[in-house]
Amino acid sequence: MSIEVRHVSKRFGDFVALDDVSVSIPTGQLTALLGPSGGGKSTLLRVVAGLEQADSGTVEIEGVDATHLRPQERNVGFVFQHYAAFKHLTVARNIAFGLEVRRRPKAEVRRRVQELLELVHLEQFADRLPSQLSGGQRQRMALARALAVEPRVLLLDEPFGALDAKVRKELRDWLRRLHEEVHVTTVFVTHDQEEALEVADEIVVIDAGRVRQVGTPDELYDSPADDFVMRFLGPVTQLGGDLVRPHDIELHTSPVEGATAGTISRLVRVGFEVRIDVTTADQVVLVTATRPQVQALGVEVGTPVWVRPVAGAATVPAAGPAPDDDLVTA
Amino acid sequence: MADRSRRRPPLGRWALRLVVVAYLGLLVAWPVGLVARNALDGGLANIRDILEEPDTVHALRLTAGVALTSVAINTVFGVGISLLLVRHRFPGRRLLSALVDLPLSVSPVVVGLALVLVYGGRDGWLGPTLEDLGLQVIFAPPGMVMATTFVALPLVVREVVPVLEEIGTEQEEAAHSLGAGAWATFRRITLPSIRWAVVYGVALSLARALGEFGAVKIVSGNVAGRTRTATLVVEEKYLNFDQGGAYATAFLLTLVAVACIAVVTLVRPDQSGGRSP
Repeated sequence: MSIEVRHVSKRFGDFVALDDVSVSIPTGQLTALLGPSGGGKSTLLRVVAGLEQADSGTVEIEGVDATHLRPQERNVGFVFQHYAAFKHLTVARNIAFGLEVRRRPKAEVRRRVQELLELVHLEQFADRLPSQLSGGQRQRMALARALAVEPRVLLLDEPFGALDAKVRKELRDWLRRLHEEVHVTTVFVTHDQEEALEVADEIVVIDAGRVRQVGTPDELYDSPADDFVMRFLGPVTQLGGDLVRPHDIELHTSPVEGATAGTISRLVRVGFEVRIDVTTADQVVLVTATRPQVQALGVEVGTPVWVRPVAGAATVPAAGPAPDDDLVTA
Repeated sequence: MADRSRRRPPLGRWALRLVVVAYLGLLVAWPVGLVARNALDGGLANIRDILEEPDTVHALRLTAGVALTSVAINTVFGVGISLLLVRHRFPGRRLLSALVDLPLSVSPVVVGLALVLVYGGRDGWLGPTLEDLGLQVIFAPPGMVMATTFVALPLVVREVVPVLEEIGTEQEEAAHSLGAGAWATFRRITLPSIRWAVVYGVALSLARALGEFGAVKIVSGNVAGRTRTATLVVEEKYLNFDQGGAYATAFLLTLVAVACIAVVTLVRPDQSGGRSP
């Protein structure tokens, strides 16, 4: 394990940012810390970087106890949401910063900066100031700057949060490819579940200062530990006492075993997808299906239907620790 | 400027400009201009005269020495206090912030008296002890430096604090995570970011230090040729009906102070975003 966080707690006044958090980050992988704003994920990242001191608990990086090391002694690369570019230095000098404070020979610094400029595709911008770059270019510069010192781990705090949607998407793909090239253990914080599912090898879901679940994107999506994780990772609807994904519900035009009876109250087509509201005796269930499926069934508003989760669908009890044995209750 | 005159500002704005110009003119520019005119009354004769008096030359040198020393002290401590106020949270921080402003609100004469109470050679609180150790503070340059430093204390701090607050801590945190220690971060990142504020604060402090009168008059003892500074020379000459000499000395002081501000204003990059008229 590359980063080992054990029983870390952190308060800001009365606010509990981290509450006895323990998590292991595997070596060489791309891990996402995912959760809503104010949930503690950025604080955890800053504790790992040493930019924030935990009130209690320990942090180990690559087998070394880093709990009491200062940030400059931890050898971690940190990338900030708002780039934290050194405004008075050129792009090349920004990237060279970590090497210069380490007093590396000039020739080596020059060679390494050139390599990194090529890696992040900023060769022609070497002599510009950060203010002359776009947001995406600044963030690539910040990444190169963090990678220059060959950190043991790379930490990114909402790295794409300040960028517009298109650049965000590009940079996300680019980060994934970069990670395959460089292979440094990388942890990034995000509140965007799509970003985490798409980019990360492993996701740590954090909310209200606690780790809710750790797993691969598939594990989290297919077997969420609780209703919070289920709701946070994708669309959900309630069927009986359970949360189910709307695309995991079967629609039948005749009664089948374990299905709940209802009537279609709304039917909206959005592109390739059809969204159907089924009103049962006590609730409205959202079902999504493809257009051919709906046409084959020949249903429309007012049609009586029976709904049940598909075999192997991920379900969790809607709220609280209710027993989750019977999948369908009417 | 060309397109501004083409746009023809409305009458109200013209009136406002007129008021501001008249206000500054009557209060500042005209009186200061008259000092220059009086000083240069008979050509450069007045200035040549004072530069031939050993006591006056000594006073000008002393003023320069005291001012530069106190500016150096204020720069180091001013930047240090600013960092403390902005980057650290500690009990008594607001009290310290208020204390920094105190010299602006206390009359310099009071500052002088207060220093005499503490460092006075005969019955000061700390003075006799220091004099036994061979260090005379009051009626000597150390006291004059202290008085001048005191009155100019807030100027660097008040320039630097807002800039430190504006630049935030992210760049410094980034520098730390890249391996830079506290000193390297300060020298390579913080200082370059606040340099214009420091330069401006230094210029204001220098101008203020050159012109200090009240506090220095009390602590210096005003001995000609020994502890009399340029501003005290101006007073002395004025009271002795040597108006030409008084204006000439005042003119030299004003010249240096105005030059300080002018140089900074010209050198400083335009941060307001607007063009200067």
